Amino acid sequence: MTETPTRGPRVGLFATCLMNVFRPNVGFSAVKLLEDAGCTVEVPAAQTCCGQPGYNSGDYDAARALARQVIETFEHYDYIVGPSGSCMATIRHDYPVLFQDDPQWLPRAQALSVKSWELLSFLADVLDATQSDAHYDGTATYHDSCSGLRGLGIKGQPRALLGEVDGLKLKEMEDSEVCCGFGGTFCVKYPEISEKMVDDKVRNILATGADTVVGGDLGCLMNIAGRLKRINAPVKVFHTAEVLAGLADGPGLAGAVKGSD
Amino acid sequence: MEIRSKEFKERSVFAIHDASLQQALGKARGGFVGKRAQQAAELPEFEQLREEAKNTKNEILANLDHYLERYEQAVVAAGGHVHWARDAEEARNIILDICKRVDAKTITKGKSMVSEEIGLNEALIEHGMEVVETDLGEYIIQLAHEPPSHIIAPAVHKTKDQVSDLFEAAHGGPRKTEVADLVNEARQVLRDKYFRADVGITGGNFLVAETGSSIIVTNEGNGDLTQTLAKVHIVTSGIERVVPTLDDATLFLRLLARSATGQETETYTTISTGPRHADDLDGPQEYHVVLVDNGRSKMLGGRFRDMLRCIRCGACMNHCPVYGAVGGHAYGWVYPGPMGSVLTPLIKGLDAAYDLPNACTLNGRCASVCPVKIPLPDLLRELRHMQHQQDITPVMQKRALNLWRFAATRPKLYHALEQVAARVLSGISRKGRIRRLPLASAWTDSRDLPAPAGRTFLELWQGKRGQK
Repeated sequence: MTETPTRGPRVGLFATCLMNVFRPNVGFSAVKLLEDAGCTVEVPAAQTCCGQPGYNSGDYDAARALARQVIETFEHYDYIVGPSGSCMATIRHDYPVLFQDDPQWLPRAQALSVKSWELLSFLADVLDATQSDAHYDGTATYHDSCSGLRGLGIKGQPRALLGEVDGLKLKEMEDSEVCCGFGGTFCVKYPEISEKMVDDKVRNILATGADTVVGGDLGCLMNIAGRLKRINAPVKVFHTAEVLAGLADGPGLAGAVKGSD
Repeated sequence: MEIRSKEFKERSVFAIHDASLQQALGKARGGFVGKRAQQAAELPEFEQLREEAKNTKNEILANLDHYLERYEQAVVAAGGHVHWARDAEEARNIILDICKRVDAKTITKGKSMVSEEIGLNEALIEHGMEVVETDLGEYIIQLAHEPPSHIIAPAVHKTKDQVSDLFEAAHGGPRKTEVADLVNEARQVLRDKYFRADVGITGGNFLVAETGSSIIVTNEGNGDLTQTLAKVHIVTSGIERVVPTLDDATLFLRLLARSATGQETETYTTISTGPRHADDLDGPQEYHVVLVDNGRSKMLGGRFRDMLRCIRCGACMNHCPVYGAVGGHAYGWVYPGPMGSVLTPLIKGLDAAYDLPNACTLNGRCASVCPVKIPLPDLLRELRHMQHQQDITPVMQKRALNLWRFAATRPKLYHALEQVAARVLSGISRKGRIRRLPLASAWTDSRDLPAPAGRTFLELWQGKRGQK
């Protein structure tokens, strides 16, 4: 263990599966934002998945097995914070439901639930962050991911913080609150419907004329970026955290290099 | 109506490639969503009304037997008859018996989803009776020999051109192309049917326990003519549609029109209490209510009770991106969209509609607009849970879940697999993305897969900070 500063809340970073495999830069962006805001960040190695794939597939036993693992790994932190509305809504809302008939685990699930935060919501609603010293040249449109929006009330926070980024213009798209068609395993179980939905989303994105899409959930962003790239649309895709941390200077998701397509 | 929900996948793909369906859906979606949002914004207490409606419905459902008995007493006191139907067959037989007794030749119908649910039209026609749907949308799909694709806009899947063709074929032309002319033509044809009707059948949006009244709402006035001009009026309704008082009914009426069509109120709200009374100028000689259970009392006693709060406004399907992509017919039975995806498996059986609870991204937009706050995504997930428990879930999916669980509960193994995935996917990628991936064609057929950077976050983090 390296020495860690003692001031500020001790935050356990929840490294989501998609972030871990597909977009480590989002993790480093999250760490930077949290440390800049005065937190001590740790990334416990015993973590894996929040269990949502099991829960949403109806396998509640598997979801509980994963939930117990997350609770044991993170319950000694002041907060558990992750760069995903989807995973964090699972921990916040679904864990207490999963253990509602389990007197041993319910209090622990509830205790973790109240200190679980999606990254942008944590920065804005808990740490009162209102400033960003990042710079980004471009016009971005923000996609509201469903779990973050309806599960955790994330709507104004990322927009307010992105509004502070020097050089960045925000332009709203039509139907920004409508699902992009990712939906976890939905996108591969019903690929044609998913394609229709992401096409509608992409059409709304292109109609804004923005050169960048930002959002808070890598599932949605991979879906949107994958479709944009397939139809050769020169729009870059970044996680909100990357832009706010000033780490959106490399290639966007699906390979678009900033400054080119 | 025969259930075809097992063909959901095929039907949805077909729907996505049906150009005129997509044109019709695109038009409808914008209208319903925008108008509802405007109505909700203009009524300061709208959110409060939703909460009140939820609580009132919960109280009704907790005492449903009591309110139904009071309702029955009030109907009888007003000179009407109440019939209890355990299932679709009983409901059909009750209505058939009434129609046969009065020697019915022509039967007019106001819009009734319960009559679709119990397959009433087919049964009446089989017994030689002429059945005429009088709601314009229902009339259109009756001419097209199609089931409704939406619970309040049954012909929403039809374009104006298609309606022109149907009317020309049915009415003998000349072909009309203006909406007003089409409506007028239908009105002329239907007018004669109202006067000839022996029996008029309507649904019941609300049944009022204190007065024994049935309430229907329409925008065309067709329901009024159906129920006042025929000799016999039969109301078909689910047992959950009872409300204690007229006051309670007004609470739901305020929410219904705003949520459904984005109107402050529908054009016609009609309250019927018993048959024609001595001093009435018009009205039916007989008034019957057929209360249909058909799986509802089972819902009442289980974890799907919340679903019985539904007032059939259709807001959930209007706001559902899956419904918006595939339309109502893909769902394969009477009730489409989110509410249908909960009801269909509960009424027709879990394995008769495997896809319906699964063909949902759990995005939650339906629940956010539901006027009685039904947690539709939670109920859909609960149905998936039942499918999982009853081994209706496909074997491959169960195996995949078991493998995932095995790995994800072993962090070292999981991380090793993630590292392999990051390396392999990065290795086969070009310019930051993967265009074809044999085992993931469901993704790569329509999208590129963004490529990983080669190392996982946890690997890089441990290298950087040396934390364990």
